[in-house]
Amino acid sequence: MKINWSKYSAPLAFYPLAGKMIPWFGTVAALTIAVGLYIGLLVAPTDFQQGEAYRIIFVHVPAAWMSMFLYVVMAGWAAVGLGLNARLSFMMTQAIAPTGAMFTFLALVTGAMWGKPTWGAWWVWDARLTSELILLFQYAGVMLLRTSIDDQRRADRASGVCALVGVVNIPIIYFSVQWWNTLHQGASVSMTAAPKMATIMLTGMLLMTFGFWMYSLAVILSRVRCVILERESLQLWSKPSSVAEAVEVR
Amino acid sequence: MNQPGLWEALRGIVWRDLLLAMRRRSDVAISVLFLVIVASLFPLGVGPEPAVLRTIAAGVLWVAALLACLLSLGRVFTADYLDGVLEQMLLIPQPLPVLVTGKVFAHWVVSGLPIVLLSPLLGLQFGLEGEALGTLILSLLLGTPTLSMIGSIGAALVLGVRGSGLLVALLVLPLYVPVLIFGAGAVTSSMAGVGGEANLSLLGACLVLSLFFAPWATAAALRIALE
Repeated sequence: MKINWSKYSAPLAFYPLAGKMIPWFGTVAALTIAVGLYIGLLVAPTDFQQGEAYRIIFVHVPAAWMSMFLYVVMAGWAAVGLGLNARLSFMMTQAIAPTGAMFTFLALVTGAMWGKPTWGAWWVWDARLTSELILLFQYAGVMLLRTSIDDQRRADRASGVCALVGVVNIPIIYFSVQWWNTLHQGASVSMTAAPKMATIMLTGMLLMTFGFWMYSLAVILSRVRCVILERESLQLWSKPSSVAEAVEVR
Repeated sequence: MNQPGLWEALRGIVWRDLLLAMRRRSDVAISVLFLVIVASLFPLGVGPEPAVLRTIAAGVLWVAALLACLLSLGRVFTADYLDGVLEQMLLIPQPLPVLVTGKVFAHWVVSGLPIVLLSPLLGLQFGLEGEALGTLILSLLLGTPTLSMIGSIGAALVLGVRGSGLLVALLVLPLYVPVLIFGAGAVTSSMAGVGGEANLSLLGACLVLSLFFAPWATAAALRIALE
């Protein structure tokens, strides 16, 4: 069966599809996060250096990964929108930004909670922390630029350019622990080398990452549905009474 | 009809912008005075111990330069946007990024160069001497054009947007951070006797990258603002 993917670039067609996908992603997210937390908090052994405090990494590392990943995805949708002039791409950009900002904030807060017992300070001005903080400002900038421009088309395109320009920060965050001598430890997990941590810890962390990923998909899709309804409110199909019908007609 | 070549167009834009700036000299004076006042506030707030001042000199002067650049960003495009000249510039057959480069260069001459020229004086106020002072001047000379280049992207994005003055700060300041780190780092490491060459090279790299990429982004942002 051949699926016509470009069909779903129309908000009218994407709206019901997103609605069908949300429960799946949501359920998978809830299950994986539950198992991940169980492994992370109860099964994984205590670290011989950091004691119990290290367990925050099961939230911290996945949140930090997602914060960078979502920014790249957001910028990617902005590039698609600017290049192909697709409305739905900009709606995705708008829907991703708050979730990305939330994960950035979560990474910073959990990092501070880990830093206090381990480093003895809530915050240090090292390269990775600073660049992650800047990422938070960039999310804020993209969102604020969108809300301060009244013309929808211009708001989309301007915040898209803004998001694309900010992508330079992502490699800086990612490689900051290698480029500079920092207090923040280097990467414990990499694609090319064997991970420097016990398998059970790695399993927990990867499960949490997968769970956060699925959670992001579920939340972003529900937000994009709201954005679609908001923006297409002048279209006949998106009137409250006809949404149900439109979904059934599909 | 003879069309002006690329260089002539670039020269024309630079000359026009410089001329306009010279007709409104007080605008230029404001951002320079701002820099001097901000830099002079720190010794009053922190206290006049020379040792303390020398330690914070690099950071304070660089942050002050950053803010002065930020303050002057509104002047790059706003006047031309309001009286419609910018719209005409978009129709010029020469590539828009080249014109943008010309405008940003003129803006740097008017608002960045005075900072560089004034920095020895401010550096002396903070007790910088010899090699450290030279590094400060050099780092500002390499860094301020980068600030103008990056700033022009933000300035173009917020053209005609309400609250644009504050918004541009939020968009641009995060992107200024690398320049600030390398610039202040160059001065600090030359004071420590290590020599600022590594940081100066990184500043140069930032300048080259921004010279190459920023005009394209600014041109795209201008087209979005005026479509």
